[in-house]
Amino acid sequence: MSVPKTWRGEKYRYRLEAVKCTGCGKTYMPARAVCPECGSRDFEDIKLPAEGKIVTYSMVHVGPAQMQFEVPYAVAIIELENGLRLTTQIVDTQNKELKIGQKVRMVFRKIQEDGKTGVIGYGYKAMLAE
Amino acid sequence: MRDVAVIGVGNTKFGELWEYSLRDLFVEAALKALDDAGVDMIDSIYVGTMSSGMFVDQEHIGALVADYVGKKHVPALRVESACASGGFAFRQGLIEVAGGFSDIVLVGGVEKMTDTEDATFALSSAADQDNESYFGATFPALYAMIARAHMHKYGTTRDQLAAVSVKNHNNGSLNPDAQFGRKITIEAVKKSVMVAEPLTILDCSPVTDGAACAVICPLEMAGKFKKKPIKVIGTGVATDTIALHSREDITTLKAVQLSADRAYQMAGKKPGDIDLAEVHDCFTIAEIVVTEELGFAEKGKGGLLVEEGKTALDGEIPINTSGGLKSKGHPVGATGIAQVAEIVRQLRGEAGERQIDNPKVGLTQNMGGSGASSVTHIFEVV
Repeated sequence: MSVPKTWRGEKYRYRLEAVKCTGCGKTYMPARAVCPECGSRDFEDIKLPAEGKIVTYSMVHVGPAQMQFEVPYAVAIIELENGLRLTTQIVDTQNKELKIGQKVRMVFRKIQEDGKTGVIGYGYKAMLAE
Repeated sequence: MRDVAVIGVGNTKFGELWEYSLRDLFVEAALKALDDAGVDMIDSIYVGTMSSGMFVDQEHIGALVADYVGKKHVPALRVESACASGGFAFRQGLIEVAGGFSDIVLVGGVEKMTDTEDATFALSSAADQDNESYFGATFPALYAMIARAHMHKYGTTRDQLAAVSVKNHNNGSLNPDAQFGRKITIEAVKKSVMVAEPLTILDCSPVTDGAACAVICPLEMAGKFKKKPIKVIGTGVATDTIALHSREDITTLKAVQLSADRAYQMAGKKPGDIDLAEVHDCFTIAEIVVTEELGFAEKGKGGLLVEEGKTALDGEIPINTSGGLKSKGHPVGATGIAQVAEIVRQLRGEAGERQIDNPKVGLTQNMGGSGASSVTHIFEVV
């Protein structure tokens, strides 16, 4: 994981900054140059809401090498209150049953590390709201 | 545009082939396909491979395979569309022959997956690396999320998922080239090691070494060669959002539907005209959704289709007679061409113990990632 690659992701991974198409109102994270829905190239910067719900999920028992230490972990597609969807983990799910439609809120967490001396990657994860 | 026919097919055995390198695999499949056709001269080569760079640290695959197949100086190009690389390579060869740029083209696919320790990581590069893989979404996890959504929306059951694997292992037990030639039960699928809930290891296609090749030429020349030519009557491709979460409906695979619609339209065929199909069952849920998108089942009824035996060898629409990715194996770049090889053998009546009764029209469907690219071809007996 390169350092500049980490910087480039900070805006959205650390601060949930996204863009809204001024043509059709659809939101995107990360930012895009062209709206695939309406073709507009004009966007305004927005801050995403931290509240959302589970669209679908899976408990992962076999992870890639850099995440094998935390299996089993829950991965989900989350729909935030403004309609934007993203993929991330749900934290603190021990002994809790996950369901489609459950409310979550986004939290800031460590995501992965690049060996003992490499860059530590941070970003958003979701936590059950109830 | 010229009509095009397949005149030769060949493949290696699929499996953990420790004694084979990437080039060994491709050359064996290529020579078998050339010998099957009775062809020596070729005008060009297209080779599909998903990630020879990550799997064996080798790029520049076009030149490498041309050199080792012994065809000095022929044009050769590597084609990549993740797990659909083989299917897309076939289409590029087809376009070249149909367009009159070449007469005889070798189209192939290869993947050498067992030389790396972390095949899961290499495969995850077919998803959105920054926005899915980074957060821990593996491929089994992405398809598991499709499965969970499909079960929630349409009532698809755990047993229906398992039925795909049972059927494909049954077919694979009749295919001497398959990686897993053993039959399994619904109970065995459900009790096997959990990978990403609800999918167990027996819901997932394996890590496989293998290669497959086909030789194509203009239909008007095809009668000169050894075997009965099989005409390519339809081709269609489509893409979708790279990230699964960007799609409006997680239970559909829009690129599959569009690639099929385009191929059906070109061929002048509808789903009911298809006698058998090889589809991309990288996970059991994938075959269920794909059969819906291809029009073999109503949306949401793909689970019922397999459960009722309609996709079995003796069913209304046999699916994955070769054993599919699940049992035959899934050397990612080779898969799309291996599907073509199976359909050609079935349409020639050369499929041995798994031969279905007198098929006339066959279909192949091969997709990349979580369905971000899909390619469909339709073949007919001349």
